[in-house]
Amino acid sequence: MIRDHFRVLGVNLTTGRGNMEIVEGRDTVAGGSGLAALLFERHGHPDKPWDDPDQPLIFAIGPLTGYFPLMSKTVCAFKSPYHDQYAESHGGGRSALALRFADYDALVVTGRAQSPSVIAFGSHHLGIIDASYLWGKDIFETGKMLRGLSKGSGHRSILRIGPAGELGSAYAEINVDTYRHFGRLGGGTVMGSKNLKAIVIRGDAAFPLPESKDYQKLFQEVYTKLTDTDMMSKYHDIGTPINMAALNALKMLPIRNLQLTTDQGIDAITGERFADETLLRNAACAGCPVGCIHIGFVRERFAKEHRYIYRQVSYDHEPIFAVGSMLSVMDPFAILAIIDVSEKMGLDVMSAGVALAWATEATEKGVLSESETLVRLSFGDVEAYKDAMEHLGRGTNDFYRLLTQGTLRAAEHYGGKEYACVLGQEMAGYATGEVYFASQALGLRHSHLDSGGYSYDQKETGADVSKAVGFLVKDEQGRGLLTSMVACLFARGVYTDELLTRCLKSIGYGSLAENLGPVSRNIQELRWRMRLGTGFIPEDVTIPKRFYEVSTAKGAVDADFLGGVMREYAKAIRRLSAGAQ
Amino acid sequence: MKILTTPRMERCIGCHSCALACARLVHKNLSWGTAGIRIHSSGGLSTGFEAKTCLACDPAPCAEACPTGAYSQRKDGGVIVKKDLCIRCGKCAEACPVDAIYLDASTEPFVCIHCGRCVPFCPHDCLEMADAPGKRSVLKGGAA
Repeated sequence: MIRDHFRVLGVNLTTGRGNMEIVEGRDTVAGGSGLAALLFERHGHPDKPWDDPDQPLIFAIGPLTGYFPLMSKTVCAFKSPYHDQYAESHGGGRSALALRFADYDALVVTGRAQSPSVIAFGSHHLGIIDASYLWGKDIFETGKMLRGLSKGSGHRSILRIGPAGELGSAYAEINVDTYRHFGRLGGGTVMGSKNLKAIVIRGDAAFPLPESKDYQKLFQEVYTKLTDTDMMSKYHDIGTPINMAALNALKMLPIRNLQLTTDQGIDAITGERFADETLLRNAACAGCPVGCIHIGFVRERFAKEHRYIYRQVSYDHEPIFAVGSMLSVMDPFAILAIIDVSEKMGLDVMSAGVALAWATEATEKGVLSESETLVRLSFGDVEAYKDAMEHLGRGTNDFYRLLTQGTLRAAEHYGGKEYACVLGQEMAGYATGEVYFASQALGLRHSHLDSGGYSYDQKETGADVSKAVGFLVKDEQGRGLLTSMVACLFARGVYTDELLTRCLKSIGYGSLAENLGPVSRNIQELRWRMRLGTGFIPEDVTIPKRFYEVSTAKGAVDADFLGGVMREYAKAIRRLSAGAQ
Repeated sequence: MKILTTPRMERCIGCHSCALACARLVHKNLSWGTAGIRIHSSGGLSTGFEAKTCLACDPAPCAEACPTGAYSQRKDGGVIVKKDLCIRCGKCAEACPVDAIYLDASTEPFVCIHCGRCVPFCPHDCLEMADAPGKRSVLKGGAA
């Protein structure tokens, strides 16, 4: 529904009651990332720990959600168990359209249920259902059981956690509709701390469209641009794993716990190999005709006779990097099998893979042994990694319980900090150089998608600190605006500020459309205020030694340049937080 | 007259572009429900998707069930709906054997009019306008 305010559903799990909140601010924070930060400002408690029942778990959509193609993502915000600071994680699936058609701009969950529960709501219903029988169940079992709980197959979104979210992993994911995730920074554990096993959102409302022809014409123009041109072909065809070969050729792919940045063995796990050998089919987030979700298969023989099980596993560049190249597992089916265990446990596969890569090198160096890891970890050993992933998800012993709090936490205890591949959180699949390393280490979400540092590294030469930091700040501002609409960032080449302005105007958000510059700046500042207000100290961020040892096609990492970017970016963040940029 | 068919649903990726297009272009709504074609997951996402849409019955049970004449038989299959004659009783949806008629919260029915405007929005060519097969021949007699 088009409205000049936000309609927010609050659910308090302690009291078992919901409430409707009307929040002003459409013309200053837009929605999505901006709305999530605004709601955290209203409902969050900077001085209380992340697992205090009063802390909010927020899901927000934006003004363009559902109205235009690829406006199909949801922003999840919370105080993170990873660093006890404000965090955002983004997910797709059907979550965004389900929230839209449930007729809410956001959901804010507070409190802690007395027993494991499920929140189920739509435009005409809200219920908190006891789900003690689901506690301990993995992601797959939980999904199957929840499907019988509510009507609306195809028009609902199921957000759920696995064992990792129940036991308190700092990087437990929230699974969305089986193949998508709010993956990073432990949103799943925030749900777990609230005794909230799942959220079922039913999108069962419909809204009248503007009567003017402008909207219909513009929709067609955008749709054509997104489907008839080759702007999205990367995502439609091979998908994000096309980066594997490209980064390997540029010596920019993290391999073997970032001991290498290129390896001939990568030829076996390129996006092309996955597509040719393992790809079963594609799927899409609701409202996106691109369909970038690539689903491969795992087939396992479970008896001496020819008896098999098979499972479908979604893959992308990041999971392939995390449990493929980082673990030196150079077989597509083996990689899918490890991803599958991570999915089952409800772990963020990127963090889990990088954590196991550190544990493997630590084992090689004699820092760890099987008395900690329970299985002997060695690069390329698929079966050991499948077992270790399950131990990580279930927190089998003290070692895994510590490792699941973050690689650096484990390294601080056991040793080996210098080769912990952590940039704010476990690294993403880009070893492109100085600007990217600074970007992830200091970025608001510690995500490769905060700003295009990885792209800057590939395109720019020279070591101009001010130019690099200027790029990071400006690019982050643009991306923050997109994630306030809420666009999929894969569409960032299509949704220019000019196009966003036209889209907003066509559905009646004229005043927001006229002020995108100030609004995007306001969103950027607000998000940083939440981050710094919950304890982030950018000047204290350090980058482990391993990153300084990286060599790419551009040469060895320039420590002075990296240090300069870190210092100046930290200053820029301070200015943004103070509203003084 | 041509009818909407769904011959290649195995290719469906669940983007809902068809349903959104029908709601947008035919019914002037933003919705994935108030549409003549709707996408459901078929036994969970891992088994794919199915389309709920009118099979162009002739005779159409929904038209026979309609007490006010709002539904009438469309030539070559399907129905023509005159919403101003509809009393929102929901009998049409009850009569449809394949759940092709969506009732919104006010029991307003939404059913495919076989216009084909959803077809170009499918990125995987799942949908097709095809010639209606004509009156189905039905064997007479039997226990039923």
